[in-house]
Formats: sequence, C-alpha cells, structure tokens
Amino acid sequence: MDTMRERFSAVTSRLLDEDPRLAVVLADIGEDGFHRAAERHPDRVINVGIREQLLVGVGGGLALAGLRPVLHTFASFLVERPFEQVKLDFGHQGVGGVLVSAGGSYDKPASGFTHMAPGDVALLDTLDGWTVHVPGHPDEAETLLRHAYAAGDERVYVRLSEQTNARPRPVTGEGFLTVRRGRPGAPVVVAVGPLLDSALAAVEGLDATVLYAATVRPLDTPALRAAVAGAPAAEVVLVEPYLAGTSTAAVANALVDVPHRVLGLGTARAELRRYGTIEEHVAAHGLDPRSLRERITAFTARAAG
Amino acid sequence: MTPTTPIAEPLSTAPDRAYGYADLPALMSLMTGDEKHGPAATSTLDALWVLYDRVLRVSPARLDDPGRDRFLLSKGHGPMAYYAVLAAKGFLSVDLLPGFGSHHSPLGHHPDRTLVPGVEIGSGSLGHGLPLAVGTALGLRARGLTDPRVWVLVGDAELDEGSNHEAIAFAGAIGLDRLHTLVIDNSSASHALPGGIVARFTAAGWSVTAVDGRDHEALYAAFTRPHPGRPHAVVAHVEPKHA
Repeated sequence: MDTMRERFSAVTSRLLDEDPRLAVVLADIGEDGFHRAAERHPDRVINVGIREQLLVGVGGGLALAGLRPVLHTFASFLVERPFEQVKLDFGHQGVGGVLVSAGGSYDKPASGFTHMAPGDVALLDTLDGWTVHVPGHPDEAETLLRHAYAAGDERVYVRLSEQTNARPRPVTGEGFLTVRRGRPGAPVVVAVGPLLDSALAAVEGLDATVLYAATVRPLDTPALRAAVAGAPAAEVVLVEPYLAGTSTAAVANALVDVPHRVLGLGTARAELRRYGTIEEHVAAHGLDPRSLRERITAFTARAAG
Repeated sequence: MTPTTPIAEPLSTAPDRAYGYADLPALMSLMTGDEKHGPAATSTLDALWVLYDRVLRVSPARLDDPGRDRFLLSKGHGPMAYYAVLAAKGFLSVDLLPGFGSHHSPLGHHPDRTLVPGVEIGSGSLGHGLPLAVGTALGLRARGLTDPRVWVLVGDAELDEGSNHEAIAFAGAIGLDRLHTLVIDNSSASHALPGGIVARFTAAGWSVTAVDGRDHEALYAAFTRPHPGRPHAVVAHVEPKHA
C-alpha cells in the first residue's frame, strides 16, 4: 500500500492535467513527488524553496489571480510557522485554497518536537471557515483531496499522516460515519482519522456507539445529536490524533441544550522530549487501545457513581 | 447583540466630477480634517498619482477584468493618499471620505479589499503584499495572462519584515518580470544602511531604479523603464519621516 503522501502527489499530479485552475506550491519538502508534474505544468507546480511565509503568501496570490492553490509541507511549517499568513493571506483576503500537511503530531518521532504539530487543528479553530479533513487511510485521503480540490473557493485543510487504519471507510468529505452502534443512550466515541482502529479495539465488548470522523470541521452536529439521543446525560469521548481537547468546544456547541459530559483524548500538551517510534509515542500519549479503554471506562464509570 | 449598521455603498450612483492632482490635498482633508498634511501622510501621494494617472491599466469599469493591471498596497498604514487617488479616479465616491475610519464606512485605517472597489488586497500587517504579489504574478502567468503587470507598494521600514526577503530572493531568482515593487523610502526604518535597499534588490537580480519620489517625470520614467527577464524595483525617496 502506498502512503497518504504518495497518494497525494500521484492524485494531484493527475488532476493538474485535468483541472487548469489547480496549482501546487511547495517549499522544497515533497518536491520529489512532483518532478514529472512540474515538467508538464511548469507554471502550476511552484517550488519557492525553504520559504514558508512565501509558500502561503504565494498561495494567497494565486487564489487572488483566480487559481485553486494547493500548498504542501509538514504541518509544523504549513500551519504553525506561517500562521499569520494563513489567517490574512487566505481568510482576510476572502480567498480559498487547500492546505495539505504531512507529519501530523508525531509521524517522525526521531526528528523531535520541531517536526511535530499537535496544535495545527486547534490553531485553525481560531479562524473562520476552514474545513478540516483527517483521513485514516490512503484511499480516504484520495477521496478527501479530490473533494477539497473541487470545493469551489473554500478553505480546506487536509491532514495526512503515516498512521493509518487497516482498511478504508466510505468517507464522502462531509460528516461522520456510524461504524458501531451501542444501545440507545450508550456513550458515544468520536474517533478521528487514523485512531479509528484503536478506538474500536478499545471499546470491544463495551456498550458504546462509535462515530468515525475523517472530516472534523465542520463538526457533524446532527450525527452527534442523533447518536447521543436517549441518554439522560450524554457521554461523549473524543479520540483525536492531535492535541487533546481540540474538539471539546465544538462538541459543547453541538450539544448546547443537551446535558452532557465530554472526555477529550489526544496528544498531551507537554513535550515528551523523546525520540523513538510512532508506536512509542502513541503509547506515551495514552492513545493505544489498552490505555484508551482504561480512560474511557474510568470516564463512564464516573457517571454511574 | 444589536444589528450592525450596513456599510455604506462604496460607489456613488452619479459620477463625481473629474479630479486632478491638485485636488488630492483637499480630498485628503475630507478624511483627516487637517488643512495641510505633513510629509509622512503624503509620502506615497506623488508615486500613487503617477501610477494611477499614467501607468496602471485599471479603471472603475475594469474592476473584474482578468487582464487589468494589479496594484497591491502592502504598506496599508496611512492610506489617506491611496483613498484620495482612488476617489479622484472614480473607484469610490468622494462622499465617503469624511467617514474614514468610522463604523459604517468601508474606508478603514488599513484597507480591506472586500469593502473597497479597486483595492486588490487587505493590508495593515506589514510584509504580506510582496509575497501576495509574487503569487498573483505567477497566477496570471499560469492562466496565460501575460499582459497584466503586478505592482506592489512597500515602505522602507516594512522591508524589515523577513517575509519580504523570501519574496525578493525568489522573484529575482526566477526572473519574474511581471512583478514591480515600489519602495517608498522615507528613512523610517530603525536600523538601515544608506543604499541598502537598492543593494538588496540588485543582489537578488532585480532591475532597480532609485528616484526622487516627488518628481513626477522621474517617477514615470522609472515606472516605465524596460526590464526584460527581471522583476523591477523603483525606490522612491521622499522626505525623512523623522526630520
């Protein structure tokens, strides 16, 4: 199986042939995947070098000129470093584009914290109008990228990762999927992108509904409200591959008139200052199936008490 | 929450009378309430007038024409001269000028492109216009629109922002000859060496002309100087901000 990033460059290169509005902007990272596309479309595959403020500014300028820009680098250099450019060169100018990140929260743990972006989705939550896709499989990444490119002048963030689920789900680019249905009023686990398999393993044998979110913004309010229906006090567990609690406020807004409790699971705010492997970091953040199960059952037991 | 008052329509229904350069101070006075304006308020005035009067192929009738030239005001601070020129050229109603900066006015102390016809970018935070201009020039080229020229106005102190240097280096390296940068140099940068701006653009492979920012003929000559295969910078010197 190819990686999400490989799928990204393959699909985007093909679509450059078909869609004259599409233009790719890179800052050295990811350039290898676009060599052939750059030969065919030298005006629409632009590598600005190691200049991330310019990466985003050029993207905004392309959009002002009527193109659909696709910007790609590691999440830390795409969202965090040039955040004001994201805020102003897209949002304030009133133009759209597609930001496609790699690296996620800790895809390359041996590279250390400089290459980790657990706060990317939380940062985008401070801005208006960003759709956020977090695919859990390369096939889902393709579907969501195609959806993002075709989304008119919308602002879309696609968070690619090395971490994947075993098989793809039929995502559409909008809303949650119900992948497991508990009894009416059962706790609802919202599993985001590549953490779905771990979340499903964690609730094995428990009475719980599991919603799959490969698109987290906008949050699928109708699906969440339907899932918690019947509970005297709704219990919602978020399992997110980025900063813990990122979607807690969105859940609170969705359930504003529904008594509820929320447990936000995700990566910890504190730096680990450890290298190693993805698996070691997943475990360190308590996002492996066993840790998830412990934390979810402790949360639901508190309600019973 | 109380309903927000609608923002005034930027264009008047009846065309304003013809305005010339001599009318600009009076138009600025409608915004500032001052009879006279110091050099800081008018630092961009002459260069803007020559651009809009003789160089840029833009007009209120061509607001959405893909083939129009693009002028991006990056240095959004002190935009009275800019609004005055836009009003004089019919992009916005003169009646709007007295409302400058008020809640119902589209004319802020930093311009917003979504509120004012003819304003190509919203600016205010320094260092955004030049990268946006690079992207605009690349985008026009990718659409096969080779005719429009892209101009961006920056201040000398604005060049302190590192984002400009990402854009200057890249545009020079790829020979982006549709791109033009107008630097209004009123010696306002806190740390600068004489000649540094010209040297910076020259080192990055740009065509560069330094000129008296009050001399309309010299400005016109600098603006229209051929620069095949290279982006072009015009450094317009005006009176120092802190004289």
